[in-house]
Amino acid sequence: MLIDRIEAQKNPTRHTLVALVENKPGVLNRVASLMRRRNFNIDSLAVGTTEDPNVSRMTIVIDASKTNAALVERNLYKLVNVIDVQDVTNQPTVMRELALIKVRVADATHRGEIKQIADMFQSRVVDVAKESVMLEVTGEETKVDSIIHVLQDYGIIEVVRTGRIAMTRG
Amino acid sequence: MKLTGAQIIWETLIQQGSTTVFGYPGGAILPTYDALVDYQDRIHHVLVRHEENAALAADSYFRATGKVGVCMATSGPGATNLVTGLANAMMDSSAIVAITGQVASHLVGSDAFQETDVTGVTLPVTKHNYLVTDINELAHVMAEAFYVARSGRPGPVLVDICKDVQQKMIEYTPITSVQMRGYRAIKPQGKQDMPRLLTNAKTLIDNARKPIILAGQGIKHGNAHEEFREFVDKSGIPVTTTLLGIGVLSEDHPLNLRMMGMHGEAYVNQAIASADVLIALGMRFDDRVTGNLKTYAKNARVIHVDIDAAEIGKNVPAEVGIVGSVKDVLRELTPMIEDRTHPAWMEQINERRADTKAHDVMSAELPEDMLLAPQVMRAIWEATGGQCTICTDVGQHQMWETQYFQHTRKNQLITSGGLGTMGFALPAAIGAKFGRPEDEVWAIGGDGGSQMSLPELATVMQEGLNIKIAIINNNFLGMVRQWQELMHNRRYSSVEMWTPDFVKVAQAYGMCGMRATTLQEAREVIQRAREHDGPVLIEFVVEKETNVFPMIQPGKSLNEMTRRPVQPAALGGGFDFMKEKA
Repeated sequence: MLIDRIEAQKNPTRHTLVALVENKPGVLNRVASLMRRRNFNIDSLAVGTTEDPNVSRMTIVIDASKTNAALVERNLYKLVNVIDVQDVTNQPTVMRELALIKVRVADATHRGEIKQIADMFQSRVVDVAKESVMLEVTGEETKVDSIIHVLQDYGIIEVVRTGRIAMTRG
Repeated sequence: MKLTGAQIIWETLIQQGSTTVFGYPGGAILPTYDALVDYQDRIHHVLVRHEENAALAADSYFRATGKVGVCMATSGPGATNLVTGLANAMMDSSAIVAITGQVASHLVGSDAFQETDVTGVTLPVTKHNYLVTDINELAHVMAEAFYVARSGRPGPVLVDICKDVQQKMIEYTPITSVQMRGYRAIKPQGKQDMPRLLTNAKTLIDNARKPIILAGQGIKHGNAHEEFREFVDKSGIPVTTTLLGIGVLSEDHPLNLRMMGMHGEAYVNQAIASADVLIALGMRFDDRVTGNLKTYAKNARVIHVDIDAAEIGKNVPAEVGIVGSVKDVLRELTPMIEDRTHPAWMEQINERRADTKAHDVMSAELPEDMLLAPQVMRAIWEATGGQCTICTDVGQHQMWETQYFQHTRKNQLITSGGLGTMGFALPAAIGAKFGRPEDEVWAIGGDGGSQMSLPELATVMQEGLNIKIAIINNNFLGMVRQWQELMHNRRYSSVEMWTPDFVKVAQAYGMCGMRATTLQEAREVIQRAREHDGPVLIEFVVEKETNVFPMIQPGKSLNEMTRRPVQPAALGGGFDFMKEKA
């Protein structure tokens, strides 16, 4: 790959890199170690299996205002266990994040309201307890951010987010 | 053919063309050393006195020969001692394979005796590393290790092999080709991009008024000396080299301005600062080369060719960045460019160059009872006619060597660049002598660095190596002292060094030892050392508080350099002129 001029510093958006890596012990450590020693700032890193049992897939989100995404891509590529890296930021891509949110429930009205909010965000109630409900929401980060923001009024007990996963369209 | 893991290790080394291994045995690598007994007729093991020096010698062996250097150590402390040498090879892109023993696979993770997570410890200082717990993987891993080490941008690869893997037996067939799913030596280029980039490069080069070539070690590693010289001769563009780039073009070539950077000559850095086009070939814009990046070559448009895509745009943005070996790129680029000379530009450079002599300590009339390190470098150069391999350590003497030794032979200087590893010179000379047995090899170190690897004198004697060891003794950690003088108001902190009687040290090792305290003596002992058929250690007792100039202090711009003071005898002939009055 050839680079005429690195534009990354001018581009304030987040960059999404998709890396296919060999499914071997220590590969996540190699990627994490690279990020740390090169002082690359990452927003999220999601790892999972793929259609090929020998290959894992990492989705890495970089704050391009702090870190040059092109350099991250090229350094990742140098890792021997990395099969391929793509910056999918400027390609038509489906990006999703999964979040579990545990919200405090003071009384039955709150429970109803929270259910309504969940419906509006097309999210599901996955657990109901006496003093809390747990919601499952998927979508782009902005959607997850929004529902968390709305639910804050009720009191959020716990949140877990997977970080972004991405796949190009077509 | 059924072989043990240990035998497979040696078989692979032989298959890969290794004839020399630098190492140190121990518990977890015992089976491999046991197997060595049956391979001694084909492979020579050099017993060093500290594992760090095994790695440094292997690094130097690679630089001297272009063949992958091999070092070996046991688990735990043996392996951790390798770390500095691996980091040195990583920074300077040297292809070495390090083989370490590991505790038996069922003990891994149990804090067994001499167990260390060696692949964890060495991860950031290797190009890649492997932990082998299964003998079925061993042959492939060994072949991969050599391939990864030498291909693309060279680098160190460590293979950590469990003791039981060395002991087990397996049917062995030599690995003839390496297929790796992830690794590609050079990041593939877009097919359409290459012609466009070459055309862009050609246009920049043909229209440049003040171009300069920044030549780095990539030219050496890619063995592109010929292609490079053709490019220089056709383009007529002046060349400056990085420290590790010394030796890619003879320093008596009329277009070679010599070394750039922190201790480069003033006219060289001024030329870079005023250039309109930089052509960077196989170099990585180290901070010792650029000084302050914000002001670095502000008016220049940059063409950057490197085999490592991650180097392009890392420190200096490139208008034309080409990923590839310098050899391949120049083969295409040189025929495209115009045959040119740059008389006006060269005249401007030469005008600035003209006063260099006036600043040169060699122009001064020095008292006869004193000795300066630059005089030693010059004397070694004169005595050898420049026909030798030089291994330097790190510090003042290293910079003086670059300034006062004219390098005319290909890859003549072996020095620790990126990591700046003190103690490098002696193990490097050992590695270089095995790589170039016919060559005259000099190790030049300061009194600080030399004491870091002094035990290797025993290795020199045990191996009967005819190398000449020069210790430039100013009873100081000279470069650190210089920084304290210039940047910390001469508050000297832990830089004054008591040194042993180096002549007696040499004698204690059964080595010929000599001392020189004046230029006359220096010339005599250098001559006697060269005539002596065997190793010689010479202590050169030099002036204590002299500084290396020119100097661009850290973070300063190329134009903010401290020059050497104007020298001649008119100043009174004392040696104070070597000191910068801060």
